Amino acid sequence: PVLFDDLAAHLFKLNYSAEQEYPDLSQHNNHMAKVLTPEMYAQLRDKETPSGFTLDDVIQTGVDNPGHPFIMTVGCVAGDEETYEVFKDLLDPVIEDRHGGYKPTDKHKTDLNAENLQGGDDLDPNYVLSSRVRTGRSIRGFCLPPHCSRGERRGIEQLSIEALDSLEGDLKGKYYALKNMTEEEQQQLIDDHFLFDKPVSPLLLASGMARDWPDARGIWHNDNKTFLVWVNEEDHLRVISMQKGGNMREVFNRFCTGLTKIEDLFKDRGHEFMWNEHLGYVLTCPSNLGTGLRAGVHVKLPHLSKHEKFGEILKRLRLQKRGTGGVDTAAVGGVFDISNADRLGFSEVELVQMVVDGVNLLVNMEKRLESGDGIDDLMPEQK
Amino acid sequence: MTKNCHNDYKMKFTTDEEFPDLSLHNNHMAKVLTKEIYEKLRSKSTPSGFTVDDVIQTGVDNPGHPFIMTVGCVAGDEESYEVFKELLDPVISDRHGGYKPTDKHKTDLNFENLKGGDDLDPNYVLSSRVRTGRSIKGFTLPPHNSRGERRAIQNLSIEALSSLEGEFKGKYYPLDGMTDAEQEQLIADHFLFDKPVSPLLTCAGMARDWPDARGIWHNDNKTFLVWVNEEDHLRVISMQKGGNMKEVFKRFCVGLQKIEEIFKKHNHGFMWNEHLGYILTCPSNLGTGLRGGVHVKLPKLSTHAKFEEILTRLRLQKRGTGGVDTASVGGVFDISNADRLGSSEVEQVQLVVDGVKLMVEMEKKLEKGESIDGMIPAQKFVCDPQEEDKSIC
Repeated sequence: PVLFDDLAAHLFKLNYSAEQEYPDLSQHNNHMAKVLTPEMYAQLRDKETPSGFTLDDVIQTGVDNPGHPFIMTVGCVAGDEETYEVFKDLLDPVIEDRHGGYKPTDKHKTDLNAENLQGGDDLDPNYVLSSRVRTGRSIRGFCLPPHCSRGERRGIEQLSIEALDSLEGDLKGKYYALKNMTEEEQQQLIDDHFLFDKPVSPLLLASGMARDWPDARGIWHNDNKTFLVWVNEEDHLRVISMQKGGNMREVFNRFCTGLTKIEDLFKDRGHEFMWNEHLGYVLTCPSNLGTGLRAGVHVKLPHLSKHEKFGEILKRLRLQKRGTGGVDTAAVGGVFDISNADRLGFSEVELVQMVVDGVNLLVNMEKRLESGDGIDDLMPEQK
Repeated sequence: MTKNCHNDYKMKFTTDEEFPDLSLHNNHMAKVLTKEIYEKLRSKSTPSGFTVDDVIQTGVDNPGHPFIMTVGCVAGDEESYEVFKELLDPVISDRHGGYKPTDKHKTDLNFENLKGGDDLDPNYVLSSRVRTGRSIKGFTLPPHNSRGERRAIQNLSIEALSSLEGEFKGKYYPLDGMTDAEQEQLIADHFLFDKPVSPLLTCAGMARDWPDARGIWHNDNKTFLVWVNEEDHLRVISMQKGGNMKEVFKRFCVGLQKIEEIFKKHNHGFMWNEHLGYILTCPSNLGTGLRGGVHVKLPKLSTHAKFEEILTRLRLQKRGTGGVDTASVGGVFDISNADRLGSSEVEQVQLVVDGVKLMVEMEKKLEKGESIDGMIPAQKFVCDPQEEDKSIC
């Protein structure tokens, strides 16, 4: 018999033993599955964050998505800032595994001073088609996309609109709410490659991030179309600086300036970004902790990408390849999305430097291979 | 009242801030849910922790469906229908032809009471099928249940089904652990159910932990099938090629009652009450949970101007042959009873038998180039002896 009186709802599942509830991870290949033992599950299963996020909520996406053909997925998400504390026994090892051995005692360094970047204004535009830097930010005091309610999401949208509306000069722009966009606005945003759509990836759907779509979701961009903010997609805010060609320096400059201004505007309104000195910026997916930064280019590497050492070269340069459609797509026509692999334990400047230096080298290698020459002398050391 | 931390946290926001935007929506939930009802229900939680936001999530996420008026809400446990009655009673009334909170539902699984049904023309009626769902008392429902519960349901089901004998003797195939050969065979037999892709189901959380504790049991003859832990705890299906609906229904009733006895012996009867009949996940399946239908060739009748009207009057519903949210292919339709609650199993299957017989005759007439005007039926009603207004019988 089940006793209901005075039993907290989330403990209803304690009627079943840890063994009965422990997920079947035998087919699984993600960070959560590698770390979550039955013992750990037993220890954490009766906990919840103040907003009611539980262990099963953290791991649901990893249980529902055993593995991905192109990348090693994380398989767990945070529902609020406290998740990283309440479930540290699971998340610390996941973080360590994902972020190159980052320890629970390590400190993360933030550097958004664009002047500290060397070079980066001359990546060859015959190869580098576009440059882009993105990050995410979470607004302290609100739950994260897997868990937030409609009221919270709308609160975040309101705050964001207020803050972004007060940007000026090169950053002056406009907000387009997903739910009442005109046909023309929608078409324009698609043509500009700005529009984000309801998530279809099961990685995101299984964690509840698409609930209530398209309520309180929207896109803000500046009149120049080089600075863009997504509101309430996979994180509270995704901030993106982008342009055609290879001037990563300019892209990063605008990125830092814009981000810092936005942070000030939120602070003026009594809201800071979630940040701490151990994890840096706190985001929904543990893979985005630290800088949350992905700086990348779309670059033509048809020869190099077929070279047997391509994977090894990327690894040594601490870079990652993706298809040009986003995180879980394949490359098309020899054009790759090349970006930094790290997020945590390196600063923003350091990561963008790796991309700038690394892509320069990859393009040189591509040119060598085009002329039929070897690239052995260009092989980099492990960074 | 159960302490529900997540729900309490949301109470920091006002009703206005939390009330969903239903301006583009067309489902039963959206038609019924006012701010006043939402305000009243939002602080509540069933003992297992199901809240009004959980009930309505699928309806918020799925504004409307091109082929059918969806329900837009689900139950997470037996208590949902009580705790959220201010929302669910009007939804039930709207969906089930005016069924009132005080009405009583009649269960009749005595197949002898069915008249005829053994001679639907197999040149037109390709197959006959009766399905229903059953929920096992003491467990929460698929939108809400945990892995532990789902596995316990599977274990109980395997025990119960393994003890069936004679024409019901069969075997269980867990989804998780099927061989490729077994999978191929189940697909060829049209028995295999797959991970739900319909957003109507995925948004309600029914696909969590797939394929853990899901499986298919069928008898050796391949005419009686039980799905475990798909959209309901159990889906029970009797089917065969051709038009002998009488035989299909007999097997259905006998098998179902045998299964119920075994579950009762294990102290886990089926969820049932005298107002709502059999309790299932979707309010549309309350009552009998029964869908009795045929795949029937009606290429001419289906393009007739009065096709829809005829179906309405016969209390029948059409679907494509791929399931609830598909279109028909090649003039072959899935025709089944539209009602679930307020009439018995026998009554509903009778409507299918009589209605399909008539439609096949109409199809034959149209084939010969003759008119069917004289055959258009009067509106059928289902007679409830407790109904005071007998004029509708």
